[in-house]
Amino acid sequence: MRILLALLLALAAPPAFAHKPSDSYLAVRVEGASVSGQWDIALRDLDFAIGLDDNGDGDVTWGEVKAHHTDIAAYALARLKLRSGGTDCSARATEFLVEDHSDGAYSVMRFAAGCPTEITTLEIGYSLFADLDPQHKGLLRLEQRAATRTAIFSPERATQSFELAKISALTQFFDYGREGVWHIWIGFDHILFLLSLLLPAVLAFDGARWRPVARFPPAFWDVFKIVTSFTVAHSITLSIAALGVISLPSRLVESGIAISVVLAALNNVFPVVHERRWLVAFVFGLIHGFGFASVLRDLGLPQGALLVALVGFNLGVEIGQLAIVSAFLPAAYWLRASWFYQRLVFVAGSLAIAAIAAIWLVERAYNLKIISA
Amino acid sequence: MLTNMSRSATATRTIRIFIIGTIIDIARALTIISLAAAAQAAPYVPMEDAIVLERLAVRPGDPVARDLRRLRAELARDPRNLEVALRLAERYFELAGAEGDPRYIGYAQAALKPWWDLPDAPIGARVMRAIVKQYSHDFSGALRDLDAATREDPKNALAWSWRAAIHMVQADYAAARADCEALRGIETELGAVACTAYVDGTTGKAAAAHRALEAALARDAAVSSAAKVWVLTRLAEMSLRQGDAKQAEEHFRVALGQGVRDQFLLAAWSDFLLDQGRPAEAGALLRDWVRSDVLLLRLALAETALNVPEAKEHVQALRARFDAAALRGDKLHLQEEARFNLYLLGQKEKALALAQENWKSQREPRDARILLEAALATSDPSAAKEALDWLERSRHEDPRLRRTAEKLRAFKR
Repeated sequence: MRILLALLLALAAPPAFAHKPSDSYLAVRVEGASVSGQWDIALRDLDFAIGLDDNGDGDVTWGEVKAHHTDIAAYALARLKLRSGGTDCSARATEFLVEDHSDGAYSVMRFAAGCPTEITTLEIGYSLFADLDPQHKGLLRLEQRAATRTAIFSPERATQSFELAKISALTQFFDYGREGVWHIWIGFDHILFLLSLLLPAVLAFDGARWRPVARFPPAFWDVFKIVTSFTVAHSITLSIAALGVISLPSRLVESGIAISVVLAALNNVFPVVHERRWLVAFVFGLIHGFGFASVLRDLGLPQGALLVALVGFNLGVEIGQLAIVSAFLPAAYWLRASWFYQRLVFVAGSLAIAAIAAIWLVERAYNLKIISA
Repeated sequence: MLTNMSRSATATRTIRIFIIGTIIDIARALTIISLAAAAQAAPYVPMEDAIVLERLAVRPGDPVARDLRRLRAELARDPRNLEVALRLAERYFELAGAEGDPRYIGYAQAALKPWWDLPDAPIGARVMRAIVKQYSHDFSGALRDLDAATREDPKNALAWSWRAAIHMVQADYAAARADCEALRGIETELGAVACTAYVDGTTGKAAAAHRALEAALARDAAVSSAAKVWVLTRLAEMSLRQGDAKQAEEHFRVALGQGVRDQFLLAAWSDFLLDQGRPAEAGALLRDWVRSDVLLLRLALAETALNVPEAKEHVQALRARFDAAALRGDKLHLQEEARFNLYLLGQKEKALALAQENWKSQREPRDARILLEAALATSDPSAAKEALDWLERSRHEDPRLRRTAEKLRAFKR
């Protein structure tokens, strides 16, 4: 009957497979002489290679994975060779996370490697699981600023070289500038903070309630002061954090940003500070600067062109911010006397912002996912 | 003066409405963007140590796992021990079939490493190597090894039956029939009859094949449940080819009653239910099989027919899996992907291209079916010429395929 079983296997063959074959996802970013990367490896594969299910119950838990992080790093990084100019660039793991891919959970290892000189050609040797599963493939995404390349590693193509483009300081400046604009646009926490402070600019508090301002200049100067002090403040902290003078835990910074949004929004409904909102913008701007810095760090800072990147990124943030303000101010001034602006935008809008930011605060402080569930 | 004033008031109102509208639009856009950004998966740190991230198919304490560990250890001590390597590879093949996980094929390949590139490897290694190769659709490489194996050892039933299987996938029925002939006397009666019936049932003799196979099954008292499920699924197919849905359903029901978790049976049974316009039953059957690509496709088809909200999520999941396969350069699921594109995405042209590409390497009835249906959907009968020719040459009976072919031919005239 064994043969009939063979026939059965044969005729049911490839399409009946439930899973996709074993792959890992390797993202590598090159910046000057340094390499940073993220490597997603299936837990099922790691279990086969080094054993993760310590209690043998068939379930791999986060605790078990955590206990093996050192083993995972040692096993995987020994099978990834990064070379530049004939010299090995040794890599070390920096962070461990988890990611759910379409076929199950993966261990995510972030790593960093330094090469002695600026990388012009990166040679990658990939031999993960080559001895255990010759059908395993490594799917590489290689990023260098604007350009992204992909490649597939298999035992037949275990070593591949990648020529890297030379990048001028000007390109780098504009690249980082664009990242800055992009970040303020997708960074809703910064936008909402700024909007919360700007919403009352076309109104004036008379001690009892907010009334529309009579003329445009006061509104303009109010906005000018707020935006300028926010900019000055976050430029200061962005610079000192990016240069590595001070480093704050990201959970603290992200929670602080969420708090700043809640307070700024609530201040509109229950005014505490009305004349000196620029001061609020300055104080909280300091926290937002740390947030920007962490984005910049994730982008990878070019060692040779730190200043260029920093200034470019910061200017990008200001341009993005200016675009928002110049769209906001005329519209708000135009609508300032309407019920729509005073009740809906100003009061309901502020409350909505405060509510969203409160959810962020809980998410960030307790590492939860609520909105993004 | 009055008209001027009212005109300017109208203008003001219009502008105000425009601005308000724009603000609402922006707000809406922002909401959509933020939701989309949130929905995108990102690496995370699980909250508690006890959270289960992955369920392993084989527990370390299972007898299967212990056996595998023992064999692996033995092979590690002596990697050139062919007997151990073959035993290990065989165990992995069984696991690949049962769990539907192609990783085990890779593990089997690793066990065969010392013999993998050897031109005149021992027969046992060549047969195992052929099995691995055909899994990655290297049919010519697999046949080379199997030809050599059957030449040297004409009584090697395993080699003959894999040869028959590959010839069936290539629609080389004369060769497949000869392979089945060779199995007579060296395989159980049921095994040999099943082989021939499988060829006959595909080539216009479904009634006779059905009779022969059913009788052989009744005579075999020692048949295993897994083999019985396989035979019953084939019998159901043969009934369908004769247009007898009632008899097919009876076979399926007996097969389902064997208590064997068999993906191939579930796929065939749910295809039957979908064809019969009974998506609700298919949906209920497959709800817990989302991990299997093949069954997830059927589930999504059923849910789409039922118009339930889960359909969207499962279509997304399938898309992600096909994208992942494309990323690694895989072309093993073209037939499924064509079906996905045709019936779940409405991408007719892409479906047709995939079905054509698939036909180059796989020529089983279901491969013909998707090609015919994709050609019909795109009103392009010439694209399905090879499938139409196959239908004539093979004299395959399936009424559904014949009807689709008729419609395509009507186009031509």
